[in-house]
Amino acid sequence: MPIKSYLAYPVPGHAETVTQALAAFEGCDVFPALNQDVLILVTDTPDEPAESWLEEQLALVPELQCLALVSGLNPELVQINPTLEHSC
Amino acid sequence: MLSRRELFKGMAMAAAAAAQQVFPGVLFATTAVPPSANGLSWKKAPCRFCGTGCGLLIGVDNGRAVAVKGDPASSVNRGLCCVKGYHSVMALYGKDRLTHALVRRNGQMVKVPMQEALDLVASKLKETIQQSGKDSVSIYGSGQWTIPDGYAASKLFKGGIGTNNVEANARLCMSSAVTGFMTSFGLDEPMGCYDDIDHADVFVLWGNNMAEMHPVLFSRMLERRVTNPNIKIIDLATRWTRTSMAADRSILFRPQSDLAVANAICHELIRNGWTNSAFIQNHVSFHEGKINIGYGTQDKFAFTDEAKSTSLAEFKKRLEEYTPEKVEQISGVPAKDIRYLASLYGDPAKKCVSFWCMGMNQHSRGTWIQNNVYNIHLLTGKISTPGNSPFSLTGQPSACGTVREVGTLTNRLPHGETTNEKDRQMAAEIWGVPVANIPVKPTYHTVEMFRALDRGDIKFMWIQVTNPMVTMPKLKRYRDGMKKDGRFVVVSDVYPTPTTDIADVILPSAFWIEREGIFGNSERRTQQWDQLVDPPGEAMSDTWQLIEVARRMGHGKLFPWSRETHVKEIWNEYRRFHHGPAHEMATYEALRSNPGVQWPCPNGKETKWRYHAKWDPAAKGKSWDFYGKPDRKAWIWFRPYEPAAESPDKEYPFWLNTGRVVEHWHTGSLTRRIPILHQAVPNGYVEVNPNDAKRMGIRNGDRVKLTSRRGALTLPAMIDGRGRPPEGMVFVPFFDESLLINELTLDAFCPISKQPDYKKCAVKVERA
Repeated sequence: MPIKSYLAYPVPGHAETVTQALAAFEGCDVFPALNQDVLILVTDTPDEPAESWLEEQLALVPELQCLALVSGLNPELVQINPTLEHSC
Repeated sequence: MLSRRELFKGMAMAAAAAAQQVFPGVLFATTAVPPSANGLSWKKAPCRFCGTGCGLLIGVDNGRAVAVKGDPASSVNRGLCCVKGYHSVMALYGKDRLTHALVRRNGQMVKVPMQEALDLVASKLKETIQQSGKDSVSIYGSGQWTIPDGYAASKLFKGGIGTNNVEANARLCMSSAVTGFMTSFGLDEPMGCYDDIDHADVFVLWGNNMAEMHPVLFSRMLERRVTNPNIKIIDLATRWTRTSMAADRSILFRPQSDLAVANAICHELIRNGWTNSAFIQNHVSFHEGKINIGYGTQDKFAFTDEAKSTSLAEFKKRLEEYTPEKVEQISGVPAKDIRYLASLYGDPAKKCVSFWCMGMNQHSRGTWIQNNVYNIHLLTGKISTPGNSPFSLTGQPSACGTVREVGTLTNRLPHGETTNEKDRQMAAEIWGVPVANIPVKPTYHTVEMFRALDRGDIKFMWIQVTNPMVTMPKLKRYRDGMKKDGRFVVVSDVYPTPTTDIADVILPSAFWIEREGIFGNSERRTQQWDQLVDPPGEAMSDTWQLIEVARRMGHGKLFPWSRETHVKEIWNEYRRFHHGPAHEMATYEALRSNPGVQWPCPNGKETKWRYHAKWDPAAKGKSWDFYGKPDRKAWIWFRPYEPAAESPDKEYPFWLNTGRVVEHWHTGSLTRRIPILHQAVPNGYVEVNPNDAKRMGIRNGDRVKLTSRRGALTLPAMIDGRGRPPEGMVFVPFFDESLLINELTLDAFCPISKQPDYKKCAVKVERA
């Protein structure tokens, strides 16, 4: 399944809480910024149900104001999102 | 050893960190991709996208490019990439990749063997020349052409066929930079380098949204400010952007009035005695050119400037019309802000860099505004020393290396101009052709080349690596022209585009790391890469397509090289054009063993700052020597403010400004095949000022109709998104081929550079 990365924006003043909450989920690595309340979240899930479950759980973290998907990388390079296609 | 999964987690983390760059000022402890992983081999290549020239390391596994990391050995990016760079290899594997040649038969595109398609291209070229003459055929390339591509095109068309009908899309993106350099210094390309960022105290960004367009350089600038809190970044622009958000000061000026603002800064420098008198005395001469020079909107428009020598006193007198108060009326920039800018440039203790790109280049007085910004640096002597640099950034990966240095423009040769007899003789000698083969007179610059195709003066056009049916201004005229009977259009590309839609022959091109190549970036750095993976199907490099066609036309003697070694042999032949301390290019071996090498590179030593004897072996004396001009001085030009070709009026009351976004590169034909980038910004939109939107009852996402004198387009509104135009202006990015904003733009251009102005025309805005 894809490895995804997100930019996570905590409710102001709750960066530490959000860091701990996200890091507690299995398959989540959290990298807080050094100087501002922004985190990078990298998720690595074994299958689609696990990924959906994780996304639901992330949405329930109350101090998490916004989660912006940046990257979906698949080691097998299966493209996970549609792209432009143009026929001749 | 790391697992592949761990490696990809590192890449995902790095991509997120790169995305965060566009919200400036945020630092993470580490963004590095793990150094190794099972089964991957890592090879160097420059990034395929913008002109920054970031060094990448490409991870290849089983013949497939699967990973990217920034090359820590590259002095350009020092291991960092932007979101496009990190995802760049995905652009190789879009589902609709062109893998076979296609030929139009009875209105339908039919798959044919590549060799048959190349036969057809060669026979059509010969037939057209025979029936209508040499100047009825043309080639239109790109700043994404590799150096060998551009060299082969120039040699075939100028040396072999004997026509100057060679142009490139770089005419649309940086020809004003070229004419700016040529008129002020006599030689093209920046005197400084990216190391200037590590030395400067003040950065003034002239109409340059670096946060989105050159994010890696922007990060370097922000990093310098983090460690040096006194550093000032001034965003001088026509619209509020992510760059404005990060700047210490955001100053907005009315479109076109940057000419007046620059003159007002010069006025203040002189009035306050903030000039460097000794520098002016020894290294500067003063000049004026023609005024009221037109806009080129009519066919066969011709203009030649004439330089008249003047003096500092005369220059000062001309500037009397540009007091800060008078310029406030023209530009909307408060007089105190103009004085503030002058005080920064004029402080002898501060080193100053001016950065610009499309804002100053795509300008109907593009050459003039470059001259005017150079004037500021020349009055203060802040040039050609570390941290003092007027710096023109480039938009494409080899606009400098291929179009400017190889000279793939109608008036240029690999060294010099077609009109210069010595330059033609040099080309004839190196190419092994009679000098009479190379025509003296330039023919058509890009806009005029497409007009000539519309008129029928040109009947054959070969387009490589570019997408003019999205990028040409006043697009409808040129699309209709290309579709006329009696025109034959060949398109070499990696994906289908609106340009392949109107082609008679489509040739599938090998993309980036599917062939060996060489690029040249914004800071005079040449970068070579090896072929790392195989191209799909019958895809072939643009260089080799040209060579195959040349051989079929009887010009094989000009291209005696083998497929295995032709890039090396082309490089060795090409670098003869630049022999000498002012432009010596690196050896092929040096290019292969380094992420990049800056020219001039005499005796294997790179030159970081030109025109100063301390760093530049071509400079004479002990300090500055502007050896590009016969008087060995830099030229200060008085260039007045003149209005845009078309300004808002009662019927069309808004300015239309066009440009790019960080996720997409140019027409999106590559980045829209990268899932994450496409998903991030899937379609075009129009930025509307919130006050205008409120007045017209437009909400975010509402459909808005824009109408100009040339066309209309309906697209969704974006209010207070990443950019905010001032009241009376809308902004539209041009990456979306289904929302062609160039249906509305105007084909006015700078009469000196012939570069169109995509930043200013008048439109009507309505809720659809």
